Amino acid sequence: MAREQQDYDDIPGTFVFDAERSRQGYGINMFCMSLMKDENRKAFKANEAEYLKKFKLTPEQTDAVLKRDYNRLLELGGNIYFTAKLGAADGHSFQHLAAVMTGASQQDYASMMLGGGRSVEGNRSRTGKNAPSKFLSAAASKKAAAKPKAKAKTKTTKTKTKAKPKSAKRK
Amino acid sequence: MARIIAGIGASHVPAIGAAIDNGKTEEPYWKRVFVGFEKSQQWMRETKPDVAIVVYNDHASAFSVEMIPTFALGCAAEFPPADEGWGPRPVPVAEGHPALASHIAQSCILDEFDLTICNKMEIDHGMTVPMNLLFGKIEKHGHWPCPVIPLAVNVVMYPPPTGHRCYMLGRAIRKAVESFPDDLRVVIFGTGGLSHQISGPRAGLINSKWDKNFLDNLTKDPQKLVKVPHIDYMREAGAEGIEMVMWLVMRGALDDKVDEVYRFYTVPASNTAVGHIILENRARKSAVKRKPATKHKRAAARARSAVRRSR
Repeated sequence: MAREQQDYDDIPGTFVFDAERSRQGYGINMFCMSLMKDENRKAFKANEAEYLKKFKLTPEQTDAVLKRDYNRLLELGGNIYFTAKLGAADGHSFQHLAAVMTGASQQDYASMMLGGGRSVEGNRSRTGKNAPSKFLSAAASKKAAAKPKAKAKTKTTKTKTKAKPKSAKRK
Repeated sequence: MARIIAGIGASHVPAIGAAIDNGKTEEPYWKRVFVGFEKSQQWMRETKPDVAIVVYNDHASAFSVEMIPTFALGCAAEFPPADEGWGPRPVPVAEGHPALASHIAQSCILDEFDLTICNKMEIDHGMTVPMNLLFGKIEKHGHWPCPVIPLAVNVVMYPPPTGHRCYMLGRAIRKAVESFPDDLRVVIFGTGGLSHQISGPRAGLINSKWDKNFLDNLTKDPQKLVKVPHIDYMREAGAEGIEMVMWLVMRGALDDKVDEVYRFYTVPASNTAVGHIILENRARKSAVKRKPATKHKRAAARARSAVRRSR
C-alpha cells in the first residue's frame, strides 16, 4: 500500500515519524530499544543478521540496519531517538550520526552548527512553498508597521510641514 | 489554597546533561550555555517553590513504542533517573508529590483531559536536564530542593497534541492546583525545543527568528501561538522542534498577563537552539505594593500621551 500523502511530506530532507511509520517501524524501534542492554549489544555485534531475526523486520528494514542506512531507516519507520541507539552501540556520537544523515563530514557538520546551524531559507519546501509561516510574518509585518511610525516621529522634528498633515489625517 | 506562581521554559538537550555529568561546564563551548542559567538558579533559590510540575517528553528511555500515551502524569512517590543505555544519570531520585498529583489527575479527567496515570515511572534527560539547569548540579545521594510532578507529553510520534490542547491542559492544571487545599507555591516547567532537527538530511536546522518570535509571543500573546499548526513548527523549527508545544502547557497554567523576569537564548548546544524564559504571575507579588505603582504608571502614561497629543 502506498503511503498516504501528508502536508509534512513536502518538508525536504525530513521523514516525519507519524502513526503510519510507527506501525511499519515497530520492529526497527523495538530492535533499537533492545540495544539499551549491554548483553543485547554484545549478542547483536556477535551476529547481526541472526539477532535481527527476533524482530520481524521486512527484508528492506533488515538491509537498512545492516548497512547502517540511517535515512532509509527513518523512511521505513525508524524513529531518530531509537535509531540513535544503534549508532551508540557502534560507538558513534550523535553528531557523527547527524553528519552521516546529512551527507556531510562530521567536522563540516560541527562547524555548520557552530555557525548557527542550517538556515531555514530554501529548506522549507520541496514544492516552492518558501514563504515564511504567517505566524512569523504577522509579527514581522507588525514590527515593520511600527518602525516607520517611529521614523515619522523623528522626521516631524526635521521637516514639520511634510509630516504633519499625515498625522492630522489620521486623527 | 495551592497556586501557581511562575512558569519556566527551558531546553532539555541531552548533551547539556552529559556536560554536567562529565565536569565540562567550564569549557568555553559549554560555559556559554551555563552562564545563561546563573541568574535563573539565583531566582530559583529565592523563589523556593514547594512543588515543581515539569512538562517534558521521554526520548525512548522509559517509554518505548509499546505504549504511547499523549499525556502521562507521574503520581508516584519517587521517580528514579532512567537508564538511557549507558547507566542512569548520576542525579538524585526525584521525590514526587502523590497527593497533589492525584488531585490534578482527578480534577483534569473530570475537566475532560483524559490523562494517563503513572504510578511507576522513570525520568530521562528530558526532565533531569532542565531540573539541573534551574536547581544546579546535585550529587546522586543528595536531594532535589523540592518534590516534582512529571507530565510526559508525546512529541515523538506524530501527531503530538495540538498547541491549543496543550494550552487548555495548562488551564485545567491551574484550576486543579487552585482547588488543592494545602497552601503550596507551585512552579511549572515547559521543556524542550527550541528550534532543532536531528533527523534526516535536513538535520542541523536552526531558526533563531522563529525562536525569538515564539518567546516574544509566549510572554505577550500566547493566543497567537495557540493557533500555530504542527506543519509550521516542523517546517520552520525542525521536525523535532515541535517539542515547543510543551511550553504552551506551562503558559496555559499562568495568568493571561505575566511578567517576563528573565530570558536567555544561545545557539547551539549540540544540535539545538537553547531557549530559556521565566514568567511570573503578577498576583505573586504583594497586591498592596503592586496596585499604587500600576495606578501611578498608568497616570504617568496618560500624562505622556496627553503631551504627545497636544504637540
